[in-house]
Amino acid sequence: MSTSTTTTPSRWERFRDSYLWYSFKRDRTAQLCLAVFACLVVAAFCAPLLAPTDPYDLRHIDILDSELPPFWIDGFDERYTLGTDAQGRDLWSIILYGTRVSLLIGFGAVILQALIGVTFGLMAGYLGGRIDAFLMRLADIQLSFSTLMVAIVVGAVVKSTLGSAFYSEYAVVMLILIIGLAEWPQYARTVRASVLAERGKEYVDAARVMGLRSKRIMFRHVLPNTLSPIFVISTVQIANAIISEAALSFLGLGMPETHPSLGSLIKAGFDYIQSGSWWITLIPGAVLVVLVLSINLLGDWLRDVMNPRLYKG
Amino acid sequence: MALLEVNHLDVRFALRQGEVRALRDVNFTLERGERLGIVGESGAGKSVAAFSLLNLIAKPGFIAGGEIRFDGQALTKMSERGLRKIRGNRISMIFQDPMMTLNPVLSIGEQMIECLKAHRRISRREARSIALDRLKQVQIPSPEKRLDQYPHELSGGMRQRIIIAIALLLDPDIIVADEPTTALDVTIQAEIMALLLSLCETHNVALILITHDLGVVSQVTQRMLVMYAGRVIEQGPTREIINDPQHPYTQGLLNALPQMATPGEKLNQIRGSMPSLNALPSGCAFHPRCDFTHRSDGTARPACVEQVPEFVISGQCRVACHMVAEMLEDRRMKEEAQ
Repeated sequence: MSTSTTTTPSRWERFRDSYLWYSFKRDRTAQLCLAVFACLVVAAFCAPLLAPTDPYDLRHIDILDSELPPFWIDGFDERYTLGTDAQGRDLWSIILYGTRVSLLIGFGAVILQALIGVTFGLMAGYLGGRIDAFLMRLADIQLSFSTLMVAIVVGAVVKSTLGSAFYSEYAVVMLILIIGLAEWPQYARTVRASVLAERGKEYVDAARVMGLRSKRIMFRHVLPNTLSPIFVISTVQIANAIISEAALSFLGLGMPETHPSLGSLIKAGFDYIQSGSWWITLIPGAVLVVLVLSINLLGDWLRDVMNPRLYKG
Repeated sequence: MALLEVNHLDVRFALRQGEVRALRDVNFTLERGERLGIVGESGAGKSVAAFSLLNLIAKPGFIAGGEIRFDGQALTKMSERGLRKIRGNRISMIFQDPMMTLNPVLSIGEQMIECLKAHRRISRREARSIALDRLKQVQIPSPEKRLDQYPHELSGGMRQRIIIAIALLLDPDIIVADEPTTALDVTIQAEIMALLLSLCETHNVALILITHDLGVVSQVTQRMLVMYAGRVIEQGPTREIINDPQHPYTQGLLNALPQMATPGEKLNQIRGSMPSLNALPSGCAFHPRCDFTHRSDGTARPACVEQVPEFVISGQCRVACHMVAEMLEDRRMKEEAQ
């Protein structure tokens, strides 16, 4: 037995010694993606500080400034680096604000999905039997409705009962709810599969022998052991939620044009693409692609690191 | 009144092929501070017996009949809530593989504190000090440090010490140890066994030791059960069974010990292997492997194949064997004739 006198390492030291950090230091793609993603997140959430104008404030908008091109094309205006959209809003400012909305919906929806999915998945996997059958059939039913269909139904119901003004006011909450509810089965299935594998392990029996409650065993003993797949699908799901939001907004089911997300910006500009003002739709599109790509590549890296079949640590 | 009484315990598994009887008519008692050994080959039902004591048999298994009385309460009829108060608190368990029994993502201290807090209303600090005290009792080097370590940072022997410390955490009345040393190095086995024995003695804890190691059973326990295919075939004081085994199976097990073999020759073994529980042979489940299905004069003993043997009393032991029954009957007849 070792009688070393080293003190137990702190959390930071543990992290620095971990395979996660080791692999991150050697993976250029992961570093670049994290940097890009971090820049986008910081820029989006500091939008009120970084943006030269407030695109939500109608007093700063002049319709005469509409469809001005970005700085590398003749005829641009010094006040608008990336040009303006069809309503005369500064494209740079509105992209910052739009990214913020997109990220907010992406993260919010994923948190909602994770809350529902992880709880249901844990219960289904750990308790088994009828609860398992019921929850998994519920998941199957949920998956048979596409996100679009849920959005159309919820949108139609809310608009007809509470009015479309209400809908546009709470569009962010609505989209988080719609995307969150439509996609929770992804989490539930992944968590259930890992719980089934964990449930047979002896430490679960040992916890039961200790006289612990099922709830405690599920959340404190089994859940921490299923975190790696949860992390991995979370990255994919954030990217998916952002895309879903963009798709819904593009179809006019999402964010209103007064408070646009990246998706509604693309939609707003799409009408002008034929008239030569391609930047209104292409620049927000490029931002969306970069955002989703960086998240997806980070997710790929995370999956490789955390896959116990590739590396056992 | 005995601390633990098991009467006619019957455990079954409802499988697709039909019900499989994993335990049949198991009876034993355990006094406070007593040490009982349960021996048998793999698949004899030893671990099922251990789990059924805490009413923790996993589906599709269930207790089909019989009664388990602990300290006057029937565990077989108790609510889940009542059972939780007993599990870990008054009856604790030690498992075979120390690598698997500790949760890999929680520190040792957290696992111990959690167990304490599940049963007692105490603060984290008090719980920590009790945990530390138990770690000292199991003679772990630098116990303060261990509390903040994770299972993968410890060796197998140390983990088993920690598991013993967890089992002792709440001063239980009974510890059920399911092959506690099988997964360990031979050198550490003796150390861990001695530790477990001395802790049980000092705390006056009753021990149920499940093992296939007859050497350990003979050193540690006072009474023992020998199980075969879900039934107890011989039970009684350990010394008597080890010195004078009655059942051919027990004899075979003892003969199979390496120290019983002649140097330079093959080790003794019981021919064949344990039958599957869903295809038990007729009569005595051991008869296909038994050398004594024929009398010494060469005539067959049909009861071995036809009838499930009843228990007979031989000395202080109970034995389920037709041959032993016949021998005892002969002896009684002779004595009567004289």
